[in-house]
Amino acid sequence: MRFSPMARRRYAAAIMPALLALLLGARDFLGGAAPSGCSGAQAHAAGRLLLATTTSLADSGLLDALVPGFTRQTGTRVDVVAVGTGQALAQARRGDADLVLVHAPELEGEFVQAGFGLMRRCIAYSRFALAGPADDPAQVRSAPNAADAFARIARRGAPFVSRADGSGTELKERAVWKLAGVEPRGHHWYFPSGSGMAAALTIADQRQAYVLTDLATYLAMRPRLRLELLYDQEDPTLFNQYAAVAVNPSRFPHVNFAAAAAFVDYLLSPEVQLQIAAFGRDRFQRPIFTPLGGQCIK
Amino acid sequence: MTAIVLRTLEVSGSALAVAAAVGIPLGAVLGFRDFRSKRLVLTALYTAMGLPPVLVGLVVFLLLSRQGPLGSWGLLFTPPAMVIAQAILVTPLVAGITMAAVTGVDRSIREAALIDGASPRHVLYLLLRESQFGVIVGVVAGFGRAISEVGAVLMVGGDIEGYTRVMTTAIVLETRKGNFELALAIGAVLLGLSFAVNLVLHLLQPGMYSGTS
Repeated sequence: MRFSPMARRRYAAAIMPALLALLLGARDFLGGAAPSGCSGAQAHAAGRLLLATTTSLADSGLLDALVPGFTRQTGTRVDVVAVGTGQALAQARRGDADLVLVHAPELEGEFVQAGFGLMRRCIAYSRFALAGPADDPAQVRSAPNAADAFARIARRGAPFVSRADGSGTELKERAVWKLAGVEPRGHHWYFPSGSGMAAALTIADQRQAYVLTDLATYLAMRPRLRLELLYDQEDPTLFNQYAAVAVNPSRFPHVNFAAAAAFVDYLLSPEVQLQIAAFGRDRFQRPIFTPLGGQCIK
Repeated sequence: MTAIVLRTLEVSGSALAVAAAVGIPLGAVLGFRDFRSKRLVLTALYTAMGLPPVLVGLVVFLLLSRQGPLGSWGLLFTPPAMVIAQAILVTPLVAGITMAAVTGVDRSIREAALIDGASPRHVLYLLLRESQFGVIVGVVAGFGRAISEVGAVLMVGGDIEGYTRVMTTAIVLETRKGNFELALAIGAVLLGLSFAVNLVLHLLQPGMYSGTS
């Protein structure tokens, strides 16, 4: 390819302004796209709620459904960092979040007791379910309870994908293995994946493995999965309660406690609680969450 | 999607600007000057050219975390944090390639300039002009590294929608959710963008295609 200097300059002159416009326009454009209507550092100062949460609430689409209403009402932008429950709480312990929205009662208790969190409020509960290949080699469909379903998987040596990321889902999974009297680590059929809920489902789908999943993420992903819900019963073992905990402002003076409290109030308002109860009816033909109005069951 | 593309350009462009401002003079001086511990410095530079992004991400995360030494800046999970991480990754690359290009300039040129009584600063300028092809290669490589980087920006940016989500982290997210078509489409846009930027840099570069620069 050979260009005369003139042609070169002409081409550059044609492309350059477009790129420059893109770059210079980026600020205004992004500002316009951001819910608060102003850009970067300004929005930060004007009211930004940094919410550390589980991948399940983000991947299921529940937060996408709830957050815009809060931003409209209060003008506070909500920045969602979706990690596992363990990581979300660790992030909050360093003061790198204003609010956590997670699902591991023991860890939440420790977090509050150590003085990092205030006002633990339970928003809603759902449940976990066991998904797996349609041919169900371990026969978990007919299992009488969750622990027995896990024991069947171990007996059969059927592949099982674990989140293994310190998430609330992994904690639940460990508890069920314990009930089943099985230590899965080190077995050839057990795959600790170190990934979020959607990723773990994708891995299990590709390997035709069993996986413990929260209902919401599974249903959101179902159109793209061959996995089926094999054990999906009202089993107290699989109870899945989501709680919001505000980061203690006397510990970290910089946290936006007012915004955290406002968001929790918003989540617990009657309209939003109804919205949570209805979530999933349109999209998945079944409700997923039962509102708790702030009262924790455990 | 547009917002993600613009954020990507903003973050990687800023990181590249910082890297060029620091890396080009640094590389030029390293290629031009001889000093005692040069070998050690160069080994360190070459090592830095291959810094693992996740390590840089972790270190920047810990630095910017509220519990870290720079925590009071409140930069974690913001675009500036992503720029810092990418600039750290890209600067050694720009510096290293600039240095190689400057070193490659015929010694007689710099000697002639010095004999003519040019100031060291002027000689540096002459050397950079002579080696501009290599310098541009460094900038292009740096841009490539910045825009395709995912580990560090994911860790320090948090992949916040409409704020710190860039194209690579969006690809990770969509892949995680099993939206492979969308992930692939973003990848294609990323590639096209990279091509456009490279095209501009090359077109601006005189003598690039004649091979006689």
